[in-house]
Amino acid sequence: MKDRSIGSRVRERRMAMKMRQADLASRVGISASYLNLIEHDKRRIGGKLVVDIANVLGVEATLLSEGAEATLISALREAANVTTEADPELERIDEFAARFPGWANIIRSQHQLGLKLERTVETLSDRLAHDPELAAAMHEVLSMVTAVHATAGILHENRELEPEWRARFHRNLSEDSQRLAESSQLLVNYLDGAKEAETRLASPRDELHSFLGQAAYFFPEIEDGAEVEAVIHQSELLRSKGAKFLARELLEDYAANARAMPLDDFEVAHRECDGDVAALAERFKVSLGATMRRIAFLPKGVLDQDYGLVKCDMAGTMIYRKEIKGFSLPRYSSACPRWPLFRALQQPGQPLMQVVEFAAREMEQFKCFAVSEPQGRPQFGQNTTFTATMLITPNRERLPPEGQVGAACRICSVEKCNARREPSILVDGI
Amino acid sequence: MRVLLIEDEPNIIEAINFILSREGYDVVTHANGHDAMDAVRERSPDMIILDVMLPGRSGFEILEDLRADAAYAETPVLMLTARGQTRDRELAEKLGVSMFMTKPFANSEVLDAVRSLTANV
Repeated sequence: MKDRSIGSRVRERRMAMKMRQADLASRVGISASYLNLIEHDKRRIGGKLVVDIANVLGVEATLLSEGAEATLISALREAANVTTEADPELERIDEFAARFPGWANIIRSQHQLGLKLERTVETLSDRLAHDPELAAAMHEVLSMVTAVHATAGILHENRELEPEWRARFHRNLSEDSQRLAESSQLLVNYLDGAKEAETRLASPRDELHSFLGQAAYFFPEIEDGAEVEAVIHQSELLRSKGAKFLARELLEDYAANARAMPLDDFEVAHRECDGDVAALAERFKVSLGATMRRIAFLPKGVLDQDYGLVKCDMAGTMIYRKEIKGFSLPRYSSACPRWPLFRALQQPGQPLMQVVEFAAREMEQFKCFAVSEPQGRPQFGQNTTFTATMLITPNRERLPPEGQVGAACRICSVEKCNARREPSILVDGI
Repeated sequence: MRVLLIEDEPNIIEAINFILSREGYDVVTHANGHDAMDAVRERSPDMIILDVMLPGRSGFEILEDLRADAAYAETPVLMLTARGQTRDRELAEKLGVSMFMTKPFANSEVLDAVRSLTANV
């Protein structure tokens, strides 16, 4: 593949950010002259240094090490995988991406559009078949039409009807037509609303994540004691009932954690405890899960490390997530069964810490802390359900990993995996 | 000839009651799903008109109970539904419905259905 060097990509990106060589060098802990050598391809680099430089430059490490084509090629491969009729020349995929980047990008964006539309269709057909509100509205209208139709029929066919019966049916007719007018109005309003909701193509969970993303997972007004309901009410991104429900759960928890672990105290304690989750939980007398969520939702800069988080229920459904670079959390598909998150569900209450290697190009290491907690207060004679929370942070020490994990099977390169449930589209590995 | 009408919409009850009573049927009514089977046993009707969407229990569940009870396995049942979907019709037929009618219906249709269902009783 015709591709420029890693050094030139670092240089280009650094200059685009108007960052001096000395600044970048000091932030990744090397000398400026060494960085200069790297940028001019006089020194080979790889592994952790690429990751660190990519972090400072705010790009994916793969973009530096493999160039934009690598990302494009994996998208093309994915598109080729879903096509059954065409017989794409997979062995010439590199050549294609390099020679026709414009066309290749069109294929990528059309493939992505296709996936998005597929999801919309799914959401829409789901709504028609299973929307209880729509079914109830239709039922009400039809019941009223039936009553009106039958009553009008009686009045019409029985001209000699006794006055008291006639009066009774007239009253029924008037009542039913009134209800019919109201219920058809409701139905129209509902359909109008539905149309509006669908044009945004978003599920409640998507809405929740745009809301969280906009706030960067940090809510200063709640830190200051504002009501959760007020925050939800003011947000323009939370529109559906479902999204508001999810946001309420999350923010009530956030507010409780903010009260138990006030921002300033927590920042100091986190430094003093050197980020030790258990020590922090002990100091603030809170649960491990609450501590993890507090850590993950603090703004960048307050803590000296990046944190990602994911919370799931016993069905493995991810309730919400905070992304962290290098450890991708699938949005729609199911996750990797090897995440410590799921193991925590099998050992309710038992905290787990595991260093994992994330099966992607860079094989970055992460420290994962996971624990499950009961939903609500456990009761005798009732089955307790649990949620699990997993805190993810880059592992700086580079220990021998205790296991490999991936994002989702389709895009995972781990070859021998008992937990695999579908083949990977990364045909020749990463 | 006694007809038991199980339907929760009062004005539909009144209309059907009127139409059938005029034709000489003895119409008794019941308005919910929970204890519909008790009502059936108490009234011992010659035929039953059964709405699908009832509070408490659905018409399908009641139909299933009726057919499982030797005393009512043969009782004609006319089912009324506001949803004319094939799926509902198929389910009703599988459970042993005698006739299936979608709302809204004409009065004469109900009358014809009741006449033909009670002809052999």
